[in-house]
Amino acid sequence: MEYLIIIIAAIFVNNVVLSQFLGICPFLGVSNKISTSAGMAGAVTFVIVLATIVTFLLQHYVLNPLGVGFMQTIVFILVIAALVQMVEIMLKKLSPALYQALGIFLPLITTNCAVLGVAILVIKKNYNLLEGVVFGASTAIGFGLALVIMAGIREQLDLANVPKGMKGVPIALLTAGILALAFMGFAGIVK
Amino acid sequence: MSRLYNLTKGIIKENPIFVIVLGMCPTLATTSSAMNGLGMGLATTFVLFGSNTVISLIARFIPDKVRIPSYIVVIATFVTIVDLVMQAYTQSLYEKLGIFIPLIVVNCIVLGRAEAFASKNGVLDSVLDGIGMGLGFTFALTLLGGIREVLGNFSFFGLRVIPKDPWWSKAVFFHDPILVFILAPGAFIALAYLIAIFNRLKKN
Amino acid sequence: MAKVESNFKNMTATLLIITLVASAALGLVYQSTKDPIAAAQQAKINNAIKAVLPEFDNQPSSEAYVVKVDGGELTFYPASKGGQMVGTAVKTFTNNGFAGRIELMVGFLPDGTINKIAVIAHKETPGLGDKMEPKKSNFSVQFEGKNPETFKLKVKKDGGDVDAITASTISSRAYCDAVARAYNALKEGGKHE
Repeated sequence: MEYLIIIIAAIFVNNVVLSQFLGICPFLGVSNKISTSAGMAGAVTFVIVLATIVTFLLQHYVLNPLGVGFMQTIVFILVIAALVQMVEIMLKKLSPALYQALGIFLPLITTNCAVLGVAILVIKKNYNLLEGVVFGASTAIGFGLALVIMAGIREQLDLANVPKGMKGVPIALLTAGILALAFMGFAGIVK
Repeated sequence: MSRLYNLTKGIIKENPIFVIVLGMCPTLATTSSAMNGLGMGLATTFVLFGSNTVISLIARFIPDKVRIPSYIVVIATFVTIVDLVMQAYTQSLYEKLGIFIPLIVVNCIVLGRAEAFASKNGVLDSVLDGIGMGLGFTFALTLLGGIREVLGNFSFFGLRVIPKDPWWSKAVFFHDPILVFILAPGAFIALAYLIAIFNRLKKN
Repeated sequence: MAKVESNFKNMTATLLIITLVASAALGLVYQSTKDPIAAAQQAKINNAIKAVLPEFDNQPSSEAYVVKVDGGELTFYPASKGGQMVGTAVKTFTNNGFAGRIELMVGFLPDGTINKIAVIAHKETPGLGDKMEPKKSNFSVQFEGKNPETFKLKVKKDGGDVDAITASTISSRAYCDAVARAYNALKEGGKHE
């Protein structure tokens, strides 16, 4: 039950993009097509889960015992950067097909603040490892959901006649705003 | 002339938010009031100033292949300094901005300026560039925060701007502010129109 | 000034030096901000205690004691004046807020009546749930002088006596939950032994 609450809250109620404002850059950047956004979502899920596990262990078994909790930001971002590199290298060797599918998105993930955000939130919310992983995975799914819905709308928007000044970023933001309004309807599902 | 340009270009011409459209997460998340936007902007300005200074000084000693990790360490150091200092001296603001203080480290503007400007230019120019970009970011955040606060709460920097009682204010502005502008959707919508206005102004 | 070559030795040395310098700098800043951070947190607690209790002349924060409850800990700050007990401030919490955890300081008089309530930390929506802050609306005033013995700590929608904040039932429910948690712990012998 606890886990179900975490999952629903992270995917719908506190959607990472539409209500927490994490990962906006890739959300605006790669939501032009459904296929690419699905790829990005896959890559992000993979990295978030991995990063959550590693940063959790580091925080609780290295930083805290040493009393250097203030090094959190620096250590986490380095871990994430290194992880992304490693995942890239390993995927290239082990599964060229998957690498082909996710490859171009991987370098972008280091600066996706959803990854670092989730890592820090897991520590802040005092989750245990399993809760952390569930939270990370569902946040990533929420990210993917927002991305794919957005891409679906933007594919349609290409055909619409948008006023000149609104083309590009403004209309994307406006669409996101309406989506966020829709997602507000989920508020109150949990408790 | 060009020195001055390095300082001023970030404010309007190459404004990181309205023109280059970088660093969207804190822009949307921390602008529920003018004060929060200003605080976030100044925190980011300090990090930009620090990282640009240090990186322009050490860039030539850093081998190319470890460039990015080195920059990230420098940036993360300044972010942590801001984090600790704000926690000590401006606690209520620190709590409002919350997770977005450590997240300055992944703000594309900071790494972007390090890579695109500070690593290739002298100290003085980099300092000016950092401060200018920071002020441009601060300007954008305060403006957006101000607009959202006025529409969504009828106040500006916490002071009520539209009087509550006279009949005309009720007739013109209704009873309640447009709350949605303080909530998540309002952030997207307000920023969308701001950028559209900026696009329009740029063309003329 | 040729660029430094990217060989293994140079790269390792560079990263090592940068990381060492960064850690040293941070260690320094951490040391010098540690006390102000602790002082700021303490000041916040002390201000909250002062805000919710009648006048006292002891140091409640140095006599504080912790009571374990379901899902966390409550801290009790007993206050007295001239040796006479004037009330207890209870730092309480709820995890049911609209945006997660809310922390309150509830001041009780010796007979269990609520004196005043202050908000220590919350992330509720500005303009909606944040009306629980005493300076933003008079939501918290309705609790003052009420004894939870007779005043049901539930919003009216749930059959209680509390007027919820308009459009913020979840925040109001969570607020009641936190206050009730404090009251129950106080009643169940949250007395100092």
